[in-house]
Amino acid sequence: MKRIESVNDFVIKFANVNGTGSASANNLFAKALFRMGIPVSPKNIFPSNIQGLPTWYEVRVNDKGYLGRRGGIDIALSVNPQSMAQDIREVLPGGYFIYDSTKALDLRLHRDDISIIGLPLTRICNEQYEDPRQRLLFKNVIYVGALAALLDMDFKVLTGLVEDQFKGKKNLVLPNIHALELGHQYVRNNLDCPIGIRVKKSDKVGDKILLDGNTALGLGALYGGATVAAWYPITPSTSVVDAFEKYAKRTRIDPGTGRRNYAIVQAEDELAAIGMAIGASWNGARAFTATSGPGVSLMSEFLGLAYFAEIPTVLYNVQRAGPSTGMPTRTQQSDILSCAYASHGDTKQVLLFPSTPRECFDFGAMAFDLAERLQTPIILMTDLDLGMNDNMSEPLAWDDERKYDRGKVLSAEQLEAGVEFGRYLDVDGDAICYRTYPGTHPTKGAFFTRGTSRNEYAVYTEKGEEYEANMLRLLRKWDTINEYVPAPIVVDCGRATDTAVLYFGTSEESSREALDHLATEGVYLNAMRVRAFPFNREVQEFIQRHKQVFVIEQNRDAQLRTLLMAEFEFGPDKLKSVLCFDGTPISARNIRKQIKKHLDGDNVLPLHRNTALLRTGESR
Amino acid sequence: MSYQLPKFRHPELPVNDLGYTKADYEGAISTLCAGCGHDSISGAIVRACHELSIEPHKIAKLSGIGCSSKTPTYFLGKSHGFNSVHGRMPSVVTGAALANRDLLYMGVSGDGDTASIGMGQFAHIARRNLNMVYIVMNNGCYGLTKGQDSATADRGSASKKGDPNIYSAIDLCGTALQMGATFVARSFSGDKEQLVPLIKAAISHRGFALIDVISPCVTFNNNSKSTKSYEFVREHSEATGTIDFVPLHKEITTEYQPGHSHEVTMHDGSSIHLYKVDESLNPFDRRSAINAMEEHRYSGNILTGLIYMNLDSRDLHEVLETSHRPLNALDEADLCPGNKMLLNINASLR
Repeated sequence: MKRIESVNDFVIKFANVNGTGSASANNLFAKALFRMGIPVSPKNIFPSNIQGLPTWYEVRVNDKGYLGRRGGIDIALSVNPQSMAQDIREVLPGGYFIYDSTKALDLRLHRDDISIIGLPLTRICNEQYEDPRQRLLFKNVIYVGALAALLDMDFKVLTGLVEDQFKGKKNLVLPNIHALELGHQYVRNNLDCPIGIRVKKSDKVGDKILLDGNTALGLGALYGGATVAAWYPITPSTSVVDAFEKYAKRTRIDPGTGRRNYAIVQAEDELAAIGMAIGASWNGARAFTATSGPGVSLMSEFLGLAYFAEIPTVLYNVQRAGPSTGMPTRTQQSDILSCAYASHGDTKQVLLFPSTPRECFDFGAMAFDLAERLQTPIILMTDLDLGMNDNMSEPLAWDDERKYDRGKVLSAEQLEAGVEFGRYLDVDGDAICYRTYPGTHPTKGAFFTRGTSRNEYAVYTEKGEEYEANMLRLLRKWDTINEYVPAPIVVDCGRATDTAVLYFGTSEESSREALDHLATEGVYLNAMRVRAFPFNREVQEFIQRHKQVFVIEQNRDAQLRTLLMAEFEFGPDKLKSVLCFDGTPISARNIRKQIKKHLDGDNVLPLHRNTALLRTGESR
Repeated sequence: MSYQLPKFRHPELPVNDLGYTKADYEGAISTLCAGCGHDSISGAIVRACHELSIEPHKIAKLSGIGCSSKTPTYFLGKSHGFNSVHGRMPSVVTGAALANRDLLYMGVSGDGDTASIGMGQFAHIARRNLNMVYIVMNNGCYGLTKGQDSATADRGSASKKGDPNIYSAIDLCGTALQMGATFVARSFSGDKEQLVPLIKAAISHRGFALIDVISPCVTFNNNSKSTKSYEFVREHSEATGTIDFVPLHKEITTEYQPGHSHEVTMHDGSSIHLYKVDESLNPFDRRSAINAMEEHRYSGNILTGLIYMNLDSRDLHEVLETSHRPLNALDEADLCPGNKMLLNINASLR
């Protein structure tokens, strides 16, 4: 057997039972590596359940800084008998399987092509602890200590992390360090270590931070000046408002009066949540709601109102696997079409696609400026992978000189001075009209907001030509919007090529890695990361410039590709799909495999029911 | 199609304390059917706001969809209005009220908009005790879609179409009480002397104030077998009592006989004088209000007037402890924590 040998480059997958506190122990492991200066990318793969079902935690460790899923497992650490058969099967040949050997491994699961390492975790716990809860919790910490020895980690980093984590709670620090030592000592005394895979201190992390996208969004809303948050709990978006509230409590309560400069309402459903956000925005406050796919479906009618009546609205959509309840705790990018054209009638909604926590923060705050400047809903499209996992990211930053762009709003003084006011009157050609807040002026500037058709002065009309003129103005406004949304980012491969890839959001890291790998095989592709809808003209030119463009996305129906074809009228031949929709983040190996399949000429698959499955099969 | 009312008014129309005439509180001419109860309610809203000397632009009027929800066009033409989505006015007004606590929020809805499609939002706005006036123009039928029964139609009541309604009726006052509303009243569009003071009291109340106003649909539901017709309501309504509303800055000029009236001071310092007809009802006691409503339902009569008022009401802004300055008046200096805090947050994430 040829063991996998590597330094600072591997994938480890923990298999646990959910509700046993494993996530924090696994996080401790990932963060310790991060503190050793090694880029890490932890991903929590959890069930829609509170306690008792299998849960996994996959950590990509990579000195080159690739943060996407690579595909394949080098080390599996299994403390869950329920999933053990699957866990051992997933290990790559030459890899390592670490398990709780208190109970002997079922001989039928045994493999000759991997190293099998037993740690008697339950036995150690039973000897050390009386309390069943402690036995459960410390088991996780013990295996982290054991891993430290197996991988040659810096033990001091681990203990330092525990001290930071439980700052001021001395009664928690010592037992945790003790548990780490138990695992560490066991391995030192009983096993050969380090194994073929090991880590060493590095300097590849720089000033980066480890943060989940939802917290970054909550902070973005806070810095963007949101004062009203209305929401309905739904995985995986719930922690957005949790984060907003956490930091609002720290920074938005007047120390003198105790009064709050924010209001959070947990609504009765998503319809009410977005209704509240729209009502608040109509009345001049910055407001937002956060949801996921099922919530977007419910919000659609209101999104049409906000589009048509031109009310600023900010919606954060943390996407998960649909349709219907789908896989509520798994990731996907499958709300592209339902958001881009949300609501009945002719509508187009502005979408933003962040791909890192830093962009969640930046776009999250920018969404309020855009919403008020453009007087339309802004839907920020993130996903479970970005939202709920700790992602390595550029640190957050804010320019203290920055002023909020409140858009075209007439003041009492302007109204008093006799400025002509027509709520839907385009006075300067950008198709965006002035609005007024209720209560501004005693006699001027009042108007009636409605979802029914109206003329330029907001008076109800059913005249076809007035309705049409307004709808055409909204289309002209779409061109103005194009100038404001974030431009795409191009990565030129530096070689002459007529082939490219196009991706967005969380497909970035895996795509980058796949392209690097393809380049080593002599396949060169240019890349573009789309960051908003409407698509910038640059997107059109980029696609035109290339003979073939692979659109990489995490849904079944190639939704971004459909949107590109609808907006630009590209034919289906030009745009090829690279898809992943099994609920796990798309992996670099998967992307590479699908692209190669197309380029090798066998991209014409026979018409077959399982075509889609064949095309997206995960590589090992 | 709405028209502006003619500008001409009698030169000596009475003005209120702000110097406004009643005309300053009117809106566009109504496009509802002639004789529609809703127009009388619009008139009562105009009169109440004028007599209370509320600045028209300090009122925001919001509605859902339906005949009733069209009426905000026909009153308070100098106020901002929002004709939102069917059954969803409560959420829109909640957001609006959170953004600016200094305006008066006048919500108008119908029985379809509130008791059917909007039942969920209605229940929740009541329990949140949003500071607003919520007027239901209740005619027991869907007017704009030509006369289908609504959820407030009484069982056995028949509209113009002729078939008696087979389902039990939702009593919005009862529902509001159960959901925690802090001001509940019922009135009749044909009784302005009762309705106007009730609207004034509802405006002065700090919290969620529901007035369920039975408002006959002259086109589809004003026939002899309907329990929402002018004739039926006139014959079967029993008032809890009458009330006089005295604004804070007005001198009390009427002499109230002790023992017959009950003076109540409102949150804003104004007072109401309540003459009770039905001694068994104590409108400041929720259980008594619920009992009275049940008894009237049993006897087949319609209880009108002030049914319940909670004088200790704490509205949503109080519960959420929001800033006394309206949230929409806050700027970067109030809201943005600045880069320094981010440096600390970044440090904690390494």
